[in-house]
Amino acid sequence: MRQTWNGITLCLALFSAGVLAFIYLPLLVVVVYSFNADSVNSFPMTGVSLKWYRAMMQNQQLIASLKNSVMVALISTGLAMLLGVPGALALDRYDFAGKKIFERIVLLPLILPGILTGVAMLGFFQEMGIKPSMPAVVIGHTTFLIAIVLTQVYARLKRLDRAIEEASADLGASRWQTFWHITLPNISTALIGSALLSFTLSLDEIPVTFFLNGVFNTLPIQIWGMTRNGLTPEVNAISTVVFLASLILIVISTRLREEEKA
Amino acid sequence: MKKTAVHKKGMLLPLLLPPAIWLFLFLFLPYLNLFSYSFWKPGPFDVVKEFTLHNYAKFFTATSSGSVPYHVLIDTVELALVVTVFTVILSFPLAYYLNFKVTRFKQTIYMLVIIPLWVSYIVRAYSWKIILGTNGILNSAFIWLGVTDHPLDIFLYSKVSVIIGMVHIYTPFVLMPIYTALEQIPRNLLEASKDLGAGRFQSFLHVVVPLALPGVIAGATFAFVLSMGDFLAPSLLGGPDSSTMIANIVQQQFGTSNNWPYGSAIGIVILVLVLAILELTGRAEKRFSALDTVAMRK
Repeated sequence: MRQTWNGITLCLALFSAGVLAFIYLPLLVVVVYSFNADSVNSFPMTGVSLKWYRAMMQNQQLIASLKNSVMVALISTGLAMLLGVPGALALDRYDFAGKKIFERIVLLPLILPGILTGVAMLGFFQEMGIKPSMPAVVIGHTTFLIAIVLTQVYARLKRLDRAIEEASADLGASRWQTFWHITLPNISTALIGSALLSFTLSLDEIPVTFFLNGVFNTLPIQIWGMTRNGLTPEVNAISTVVFLASLILIVISTRLREEEKA
Repeated sequence: MKKTAVHKKGMLLPLLLPPAIWLFLFLFLPYLNLFSYSFWKPGPFDVVKEFTLHNYAKFFTATSSGSVPYHVLIDTVELALVVTVFTVILSFPLAYYLNFKVTRFKQTIYMLVIIPLWVSYIVRAYSWKIILGTNGILNSAFIWLGVTDHPLDIFLYSKVSVIIGMVHIYTPFVLMPIYTALEQIPRNLLEASKDLGAGRFQSFLHVVVPLALPGVIAGATFAFVLSMGDFLAPSLLGGPDSSTMIANIVQQQFGTSNNWPYGSAIGIVILVLVLAILELTGRAEKRFSALDTVAMRK
């Protein structure tokens, strides 16, 4: 009996290793081949070189698209925080008519396929006379990022111990003082976490951007174009950079989660 | 304890109005607009605003070449189901193993689970292009190993490559909720089950599986809806003839085909289908979560 169970555990371990390999190996391939000396991604690699990183740095369009992406991500994240955090407070503190409907509508752009939000906005902007452009992309990103910020902050507020706010009020603090000195510091990890997540999602977004960008290229749209036009090994280099950047962001956000738990 | 103890009702409007107005303008109105587009006529340059059911009829009737556009939707649903089944088959054992068999490095393991969620979609989709391509790594490795003497073109630009790529992309979305569901199972429930004489397999079947079910349903829903609405992976990995999936048809109507009303009608069909699926799986999740609570109380 004991014997067969160990056999099952071993199979489970092997299977799990296989799945992890399936998830991570393709990423590793991209990283390794970004140092390829050859312009064809073939096995085995013929040599090691940094030339694709040099090519990446000299690719003006690529650098410009990176700047565009960072700008869109910063503005959209900022707007989503400005709109989403008050929304989360309203949901947490008040009951109002249509609350359930509001909660559902907020989540739509997260739940529905991105292409639907993309084409819906494209048509609407056309009717409004807004041309595909950077502002259109920012509006698109902000709209789905509000859902991220709102749900994350709302979840944190629900777990917040109300007694400390009441204690603050009892001790004579005004509503603003209580909010500023008690509520805000207690939800700060959720605020930073949702901002980081929003920033990352905006940097990576394609389906909505695809329909709203016009000639304004963001980084993933630029990479998308490059992958379509044959294989340019520079894509391996820029992909590796993007991968490392997301690793850094994720380590920060996991640390935050741990701090909050502690 | 009233919730309004700290904040007076007076703050509701200043807090709620800005996001509510934004979402009304940039979410509700666009979707309403999509809905009305689907009943208008396509014109040579712009949409002709006259009511018609033609766009929907076109989707469900055969073209002159004999193919029915609606069949693409059926194919897409099938493909999304295949992707969903594979993501669950890959995720569940891994989530189970990480939760119950690994006792050290919990932090690292949690990172392993969430990292792929944060890694760029386009990077992950593209990685399969360089692996499966005609001159790609798989082919050149096969030649190097002597398995074949010429590159095989069976890997890329097929339904299989689209499925492989999508399973890779969406597995983390399934792994995460299953991992979380398993993590939340109180370990003393398993001990109780053992004390009451259940074998490991019985405990697994009657304690672990039912409690993990809401996580499985949530993850499967993610995988299904996301892969059903994907038009990027199919056109990157499915090759030039990428009209294999429904979202690609929508993209074409808003792009080269320039028939926005028809594209909108297909969009609305997808929307209704997705909302129906979410309603069903949402109910199923709640039902099984309710079972959880009953189980916990007992």
